[in-house]
Amino acid sequence: MDISVIIVVVILTALAFDFTNGFHDTANAVATSIATGALKPRTAVLIAGILNLVGAFLSVQVAKTISSGLVDEAKITPTVIFAGLVGAIVWNLLTWLLGLPSSSSHALIGGLIGATCVAAGADAVKFAGLIGKVLLPAVLAPIIAGLIALIATYLAYRITARAAKGTVTKGFKLGQIVSASMVSLAHGTNDAQKTMGIITLTLITAGALPADAGPPFWVIVSSGLAIALGTYAGGWRIIQTLGMRVSKIQTAQGFAAGTSTTAVILTSSHLGFPLSTTQVATGSIFGAGAGRGVASVHWSIARQVAVAWLLTLPAAAAFGAVSAWVAATGPVGTIVVVVVLIGLAGGIYAASRRRRVTADNVNDVNGPSQSVDLAA
Amino acid sequence: MTINWASLGIVAAFSLVVGVLVVVLVSLALVGLSAREPDPAGEPADEALVIGRGSGGLSRAGGTAVAAVCLLGAAAIVSYGLYLLVV
Repeated sequence: MDISVIIVVVILTALAFDFTNGFHDTANAVATSIATGALKPRTAVLIAGILNLVGAFLSVQVAKTISSGLVDEAKITPTVIFAGLVGAIVWNLLTWLLGLPSSSSHALIGGLIGATCVAAGADAVKFAGLIGKVLLPAVLAPIIAGLIALIATYLAYRITARAAKGTVTKGFKLGQIVSASMVSLAHGTNDAQKTMGIITLTLITAGALPADAGPPFWVIVSSGLAIALGTYAGGWRIIQTLGMRVSKIQTAQGFAAGTSTTAVILTSSHLGFPLSTTQVATGSIFGAGAGRGVASVHWSIARQVAVAWLLTLPAAAAFGAVSAWVAATGPVGTIVVVVVLIGLAGGIYAASRRRRVTADNVNDVNGPSQSVDLAA
Repeated sequence: MTINWASLGIVAAFSLVVGVLVVVLVSLALVGLSAREPDPAGEPADEALVIGRGSGGLSRAGGTAVAAVCLLGAAAIVSYGLYLLVV
């Protein structure tokens, strides 16, 4: 395939991944704010979308590449990147359909690993880096965030137990809006940068940019817009899971969860130990739920989320590997992968219409939207 | 395999201190603001479990002062968080 054609395909696929990343991760910032009524659903995703866009412009430090330290970068070609992105998109869509919060970054890493294995062999994958960069943080991030949220929630209830109800509820709702905004901003900075990094790397690989180039302005704008639009689209199914199914979240819990998420994400990013926003936010919400009483948390949801996290890497790797295998056959193979991806996305969207979750029923866990019970 | 345990430990400790501190400061501010209400000994927020004792005995001025100090502290921490994001 002509190098310029595959570059265009990679860029479009990267932006598509960025879009799925946005709507998959909307819940991280706004699920609890919507659940407690601190923000109306549409307002919440609008604010989150705008702040994701702003976040994309905040930092000039481009994520070198998400694959750094995980695969032999000398063996990464545009086709491998394309296949990895396809694997990540498929996993993001499947988990969205099931309403399960899973890490988009881990899906991308899994997709790239699978594609690299097929294209360059398993030797090109640095499995030691996988443990330190992915598996260990995946275990520790939700625990740390959950513990912080648990303690914060307990203290919030204890301190305000006899304060005026109206003042406390209003105050925590305002706090929720601030913390949700911070998470959205941080998400735009971190995750939009990943897509910028991928597109920039692809352009460098193709010789369209010098080796040490930063992202062109159009890359920053398009990446920011893609993640912002995805965020505004609102991953309502995941928002419903985190906001309504984990526990009946109250304002103090929502504020504690948001603050915990913000603290962990900002600290870890600043110290160069990036953690998955999704896993941090999910851990925070479970911790905040437990802070009001362990029994108030639906632990069956936690089990489902844990299974999704365990499957993210191998499943995305499998999709990425198959995509790389087909795409490696040539231009026709790449076209086949694109067509199958579009078909799968359409099928998943059609399946989602059978149990629609929208801004209008996202907080309605007892209504018709509950016909498929995740906990069942 | 290299795991930067020191960074991880700092992330955990710093996040714990900052995250809990912000929530505590805002909670105390709300207790202070409650003193401005006609009936500060109202019902607990939401329909939450009452798991402890809250404020009492704060005058309106005292409550306002506590709220202002605590909110300033929380705002300073949030501003630092924004600074970390931008820089």
